[in-house]
Amino acid sequence: MSLEKLLQQKKSVILERWFDSILETYPADTRQFLKKKKNRFANPVAHEISRGIEEIFNNILKDANSEDVSPFLDKVIRIRAVQDFSPSQALGFIFDLKKLIRDELAENMGESRISEDLWELERKIDAMGLMSLDIYTKCREKLYELRVKEVKNRVGRLIERANMMCGIPEKEGDPEVCNTDNLT
Amino acid sequence: MSKVAPPEELAKVDHTPPKKGWMDMPVELKEGRWCYGSKPKDHEVIGLPNPRSWSPGDEDWKLPENWQEIFLEGMRERLDKFRSFRLFMDICVRCGACADKCHFFIGSGDPKNMPVLRAELLRSIYRGEFTTAGKILGKLAGGRKLTYEVFKDLFYYFFQCTECRRCSLFCPYGIDTAEVTMIGRELLNLLGCNIDWITGPVANCYRTGNHLGIQPHAYHSMVEFFCEEIEEITGILPEPSLNRKGAEILFITPSGDIFADPGTFTAMGYIMLFHYLEGLGLDITWSTYASEGGNFGSFTSHEMMKRLNSKMYAEAKRLGVKWIIGGECGHMWRVCNQYMDTMTGPADFLEVPKSPITGTVFENAKSHKMLHICEFTADLIKHGKLNLDLSRNDQYKLTFHDSCNPARGMGFFDEPRYVIQNVANNFHEMPIDTIREQTFCCGSGSGLNTDEFMDMRMRGAFPRANALQHVHDKHDVNMMACICAIDRATLTTLCEYWVPDVEVIGIHELIGNALILEGEKKRTMNLRGEEFPWVEEEEAEEAAAEVILEAAEEGVEAAAEEVADEEAAGEAEGEK
Ligand code: SF4
Ligand code: SF4
Repeated sequence: MSLEKLLQQKKSVILERWFDSILETYPADTRQFLKKKKNRFANPVAHEISRGIEEIFNNILKDANSEDVSPFLDKVIRIRAVQDFSPSQALGFIFDLKKLIRDELAENMGESRISEDLWELERKIDAMGLMSLDIYTKCREKLYELRVKEVKNRVGRLIERANMMCGIPEKEGDPEVCNTDNLT
Repeated sequence: MSKVAPPEELAKVDHTPPKKGWMDMPVELKEGRWCYGSKPKDHEVIGLPNPRSWSPGDEDWKLPENWQEIFLEGMRERLDKFRSFRLFMDICVRCGACADKCHFFIGSGDPKNMPVLRAELLRSIYRGEFTTAGKILGKLAGGRKLTYEVFKDLFYYFFQCTECRRCSLFCPYGIDTAEVTMIGRELLNLLGCNIDWITGPVANCYRTGNHLGIQPHAYHSMVEFFCEEIEEITGILPEPSLNRKGAEILFITPSGDIFADPGTFTAMGYIMLFHYLEGLGLDITWSTYASEGGNFGSFTSHEMMKRLNSKMYAEAKRLGVKWIIGGECGHMWRVCNQYMDTMTGPADFLEVPKSPITGTVFENAKSHKMLHICEFTADLIKHGKLNLDLSRNDQYKLTFHDSCNPARGMGFFDEPRYVIQNVANNFHEMPIDTIREQTFCCGSGSGLNTDEFMDMRMRGAFPRANALQHVHDKHDVNMMACICAIDRATLTTLCEYWVPDVEVIGIHELIGNALILEGEKKRTMNLRGEEFPWVEEEEAEEAAAEVILEAAEEGVEAAAEEVADEEAAGEAEGEK
């Protein structure tokens, strides 16, 4: 049987384990709550994570390219980027998948075709790990950008009105540009 | 070569937090989860205790020698004074019904953000210091002593609660953790432990009249600025009055609407509405003295709330108005509607609000004499007094965010919805368990809307954002309306992080777009100065029509010429 078929077969078990291993990164009391992932509005973190990892997994099985998987990685990482995690803790779940798959396929490891395909699959997961790093960084950058934006906007209109900041015009003869872009 | 652990092992470092009871969890104040400490200059202006430079990140918070005594004495005083507080300390059975209802817990996964544990922080001290069982049995009876560590924990978690009251909705005993937080913050305040984003605005408001400390001439200038923008859009220059004695109504709105987008567009909406109603008999004035509707004093202590609130009635008296309208606001409305009457009243020098346009008497405001502008506007619409072109809001697919204070705090659900549905064609509700009394907080209320708190705010914002995402996916919603000035700023940030295709709008901005002013020019842009998406299309159509018309005219001319030629030829032949 091909690796892909095997993984299809074991999909629900692997996803379950993957979800549980992600829950392991939360405190015990929180884990109990996250386990009840029924209502997507009452428990959005669990819902987004379980939906996100399923789509990520589907994309690994398919011969998908990075654009396809990126929105789903984003869903999960955007949440973990604001929670109490260091970057490595926030993204560790991607790499966990390798071990989970190997554990699940332990009995099939002897088949040469499987181990060869597995090597390919793991390279894919590594690539996803790198993509995750980009996504995580973008999320953090966004947060800093939003902080600056809020500070600027707080009295933005007043400064615009008061003509307090007059920049140099682009071309000679153009009117002076008055804006708030220098206000940080 | 030394051995390096495989990546999955490296990433696993410290994955699982240690299993411990909540009282034994180490108190760790993490950056991005606390707001900057209050500044000594502000303490001095408003007479807050213990003015000093400090940061919650410091080891030493520079508390007075006898800080425990001050804290416990303050607690004793409040236990005696507020029956509700003593009840909330006594009756919780730790059933857990409230535990997973807090947006901060849902979004952060930090167990101490469960409302039950947040209140338990103070309750454990109550047991440990005030009850016999707790004094003797300590932890066994859920009690503990007030240590420096515990004190820091209190600060950390009481400034991670937006006082939104969602948890209280689910408590079988009606325990209101928001009120526990309010008392908790008062106690912290006794030792000078407040946050800069609250004490700064409070001090400014006390001295200059609004959160930012903007002076009357600047306020005036901003109102003028809005009028000029309105003229550009509509061709009509409104002339609102400021500080006018003898006006019938005083208008007070949060200053955020005057100084920051997108609140400024809502302010333009107010000005346009008042201008429109002038002809129908509205006599209203703005004030540069009562230039702040918000009240950050309410996030400090009940005394401070009263001090800042007092200027509203004082200004109403000075100007000799009959009653007051408040702008679109959240906590402001709660303070005005729920507390002002008993706190600063009686407002016996004012009259029961009566709409000069429809004649409606607002019995609900009989005592405190102040209306929320949405009540006023909804009544106008109900009586068919507004000439509206709904299609000017067609670019928006709207949803509505119930702000905690007016909605859950005051049951103000229907007026804003009524107005929205009468000024715009596309409206979709978010799921039922995330709106009305069950609404999710923006994650930034109660004075926590400061930028250094961004991580925590975005966690708290996630449940709201998730519901918003749902209507965005399902109905293509691109605009979230709200009636709170803080929300207009904080939801904008929420959207940018979580649902970037959605923007935020005040209800009176929608009114301003739709309202047909007498003598206005053809509108081509909304109040934001953005051209309506259909303008280009219309212009193209008009241009095409012109071409056809010209062609037709040319055709007619050519035909006429032909006829004329034929006629001439005929005549010539006839002559022959
Ligand atoms: S009042 Fe709101 S923020 Fe505070 S604990 Fe309750 S649900 Fe959480
Ligand atoms: S729901 Fe009420 S009684 Fe139950 S744990 Fe929460 S505060 Fe206590």
